[in-house]
Amino acid sequence: MAPVDRGSSPEPARPAAGERTDEAGLIQALRRGDEAAYGALVDRHAAALLRLASIYVSNPEVAAEVVQETWVAVLQGMDGFEERSSLKTWISRILVNKARTAAQREARTIPFSDLGDDQAAPAVDPERFRDRGPDRGRWSTPPREWDRPEERLLSQEVRAVVERAVAGLPVNQRLTITLRDIEDLSSAQTCSVLGISEGNQRVLLHRARARVRAALEAYLSDVTETP
Amino acid sequence: MTWKDRWGQIVHRRRADLARPEPDAAGLTCQELVELVTDFLEGALSPDERRRFEAHLDGCAGCRAYLEQMRGALLAAGGVGVAELDPAMRERLMDSFRDWRTAREA
Repeated sequence: MAPVDRGSSPEPARPAAGERTDEAGLIQALRRGDEAAYGALVDRHAAALLRLASIYVSNPEVAAEVVQETWVAVLQGMDGFEERSSLKTWISRILVNKARTAAQREARTIPFSDLGDDQAAPAVDPERFRDRGPDRGRWSTPPREWDRPEERLLSQEVRAVVERAVAGLPVNQRLTITLRDIEDLSSAQTCSVLGISEGNQRVLLHRARARVRAALEAYLSDVTETP
Repeated sequence: MTWKDRWGQIVHRRRADLARPEPDAAGLTCQELVELVTDFLEGALSPDERRRFEAHLDGCAGCRAYLEQMRGALLAAGGVGVAELDPAMRERLMDSFRDWRTAREA
């Protein structure tokens, strides 16, 4: 399959030139009070913001309120937005702050300083490796290549497997993989939205991706091995 | 110890590092490699780690399959996409806009 080589070269937190020009136009129109420009931005970003809010707060109505408050804050802060970061990063950062407050009200606190979740868990079940002898640490049950990965990985069934695996992750991992791999933000943008360091982000991403890979492996091998 | 002595030690240690032979591929086990995959994909390995990582991959079909599966997981996550926004919610967001504009013009 074609290599998916996202993120191997560090991307700046700034958006691509094309996206930036387009966004700059919408921002200017919005500052003039243009409703269509606002609608376009809502269509572009609101669903992703709702998904992000839902990671912090369990109640769907509260998550919707967080999104609503975010857009009000965006409108009120629009004149002060300096376009040093992309609009998406800026809006997401506002949302994250509001969602954290709402989560605290919901008594479902998730301190980002506490990296407690699942730090020590290995990427792969230790049972899959030899545990003694000169080959210690080598695969005893190596992964196998997936059959026709391109078409299967983008199927509806696999999509459901990924969504289930992501939903089962600890909150910080879930936020990180959602921003990086589902929303396709760069690592710099993700760090900026969540207020974490690059190293911290890589650890969370590593755990999260490892769990998603394991879920896919379980699902795709089951399907393959059925006669 | 003066800072010069300490500097001498540092230089000495650096030279010793450079003189050490390349670690062979067996220096990295499969179990260690899987923990470095994200750093590899993110371009965050040191040149030495990267060499060892790639040397191990060259000789290990299991780890090559693992890396491909990890890339597959990225592809699958990118395919999840975003759900449609509920029309009622969109309407509420548009109402916020109208309220904001009215308040601003007032």
